[in-house]
Amino acid sequence: MSDFLPPSIQSILPDLIQLVYLVATGIFIVGIKRLGSPATARSGNQLAALGMFIGVIVTLFDQQIITYEYIIAGIVVGAAIGATAAKKVEMTAMPEMVAIFNGFGGGASAVVAWGEFSRFEASAIATQDLVTIGLSILIGSITFTGSFIAFGKLKGFISGNPITFPGHNIFNGLLTVGTLGLVGWLTYDPTSQLTFWLLFGIALLLGILTVIPIGGADMPVVISLLNSYSGIAASMAGFVINNNLLIISGALVGAAGLILTNIMCKAMNRTLGNVLFGAFGGDGGSTSGPAADTDKTVRETTPDDVALQCAYSDRVVIVPGYGLAVAQAQHVLKEVADKLEKRSVEVKYGIHPVAGRMPGHMNVLLAEADVPYDQLYDMEQINPEFKSTDVVLIIGANDVVNPVAKTESGSPIYGMPIMDVDEADRTIVFKRSLSPGFAGIDNPLFYKESNQMFFGDAKESLQSLSQSLAEVD
Amino acid sequence: MSGLIFNLFIFVLASFIGFELISKVPPTLHTPLMSGANAISGITILGALIVAGQVDHQVAQYIGFVAIVFATINVVGGFMVTDRMLEMFKKKDKKNE
Repeated sequence: MSDFLPPSIQSILPDLIQLVYLVATGIFIVGIKRLGSPATARSGNQLAALGMFIGVIVTLFDQQIITYEYIIAGIVVGAAIGATAAKKVEMTAMPEMVAIFNGFGGGASAVVAWGEFSRFEASAIATQDLVTIGLSILIGSITFTGSFIAFGKLKGFISGNPITFPGHNIFNGLLTVGTLGLVGWLTYDPTSQLTFWLLFGIALLLGILTVIPIGGADMPVVISLLNSYSGIAASMAGFVINNNLLIISGALVGAAGLILTNIMCKAMNRTLGNVLFGAFGGDGGSTSGPAADTDKTVRETTPDDVALQCAYSDRVVIVPGYGLAVAQAQHVLKEVADKLEKRSVEVKYGIHPVAGRMPGHMNVLLAEADVPYDQLYDMEQINPEFKSTDVVLIIGANDVVNPVAKTESGSPIYGMPIMDVDEADRTIVFKRSLSPGFAGIDNPLFYKESNQMFFGDAKESLQSLSQSLAEVD
Repeated sequence: MSGLIFNLFIFVLASFIGFELISKVPPTLHTPLMSGANAISGITILGALIVAGQVDHQVAQYIGFVAIVFATINVVGGFMVTDRMLEMFKKKDKKNE
């Protein structure tokens, strides 16, 4: 593409390209910064997309690029697939969407390294490039297969329960050491095709074996970590082709993924090591866990009763959990909230960090139902307010309101930060049954005197509540 | 300073910037942030362009094509789905138009 440019420009073209990369780097940094606040986030994302566009366009002028057929074909195919997927996906399916996009990104980095390895005479590749080619293949491949397993688990193609075999962790450890050894060997003797393919194959296998023992409930942590890996893989690919824009953007993403992983682990009261090697957390408490204690009594309530209690409150806080999204009840919930607000009841939403299927997922689902983001409160913001709250509606949430996390040191969720709903005057739990949640433990909140149970499907319950509210005068 | 070391400097410094930029993001935005960051990691498409656009090696061109498809799915899909999410985030006063 650079042929038509005058020779004077062609001679400085490589420097020009680098300068434009510098601009794109700046745009990425500003874009990510703007992604950090709800008011500017959309423009931040668009800026980042612009930075990417500029990066792609200017790269097309690179003197190494001579033919465009494969480039155009690849972009057309990829863009069609990506755009269709992005348009069609349900907001509830966001975790698996991110997982699979991430897998393609990681896979691309591995394939770039493969291409670089195959286009030159192996013995002519510099040692430092061989190291980064090896690492790029390794990290990119783990991200690729790992993300696809995560996708399968979230989608239900693969059992969400931990799948392990005896000595799994040790075997994975050996494989990891083995792949690093192979990277070393490839550096020493790059002419061996066998080394290269062994590395590629074992890295792909390692991605599968690393994610498959992790329970479905922990997938958000895994996606977040794999997101970080895909950034690092892109960075490694940048080392391979000596491109600063790749190195910097990849590092930014790598750091972002690590921070989010850390936040997720804290919110779930787990260490990263425990998530990766603990084989904990299945699909949810459908079968596991002790049955609810029949000795204790619960107070069951009716739609009319709930409507009255809420309608004559000053302040109602709604604590949504993933059960709400499963029942597709966000829109009805918004309807209920609107009716309450019309009666000048103050309505707020308290969102636990792991309320959805990935960090911040519940906020997206509520945003889809037109709930304004300034009504959404984080756990730390809302917790001090429960004392002065009349009624808390807990919809499809369980473990995140379980007081056991504070009181019983033997409990698996002990120490997990929870919503202090029991400090409110009254709590109403919308739930199908008394069955335990993800962690498979009973919830004493259900039996508290200030609590009432509203049994049934979240959507139907909210619909009947909405009708009852309309009749209150 | 060899190229590898120089690149390592850039990598480490950029990581620090990443930590600084992300650590203050409110939980509300974690999902779009993860998705948007994920799209940015598709920057590896630049490498794919170079592999697919050279003419010295036919096989590498095919490999480059695969890399471009993968990376473009990541980039286009990632930015679009993030935009779709962020489009829905509205402030209270705006909804009662």
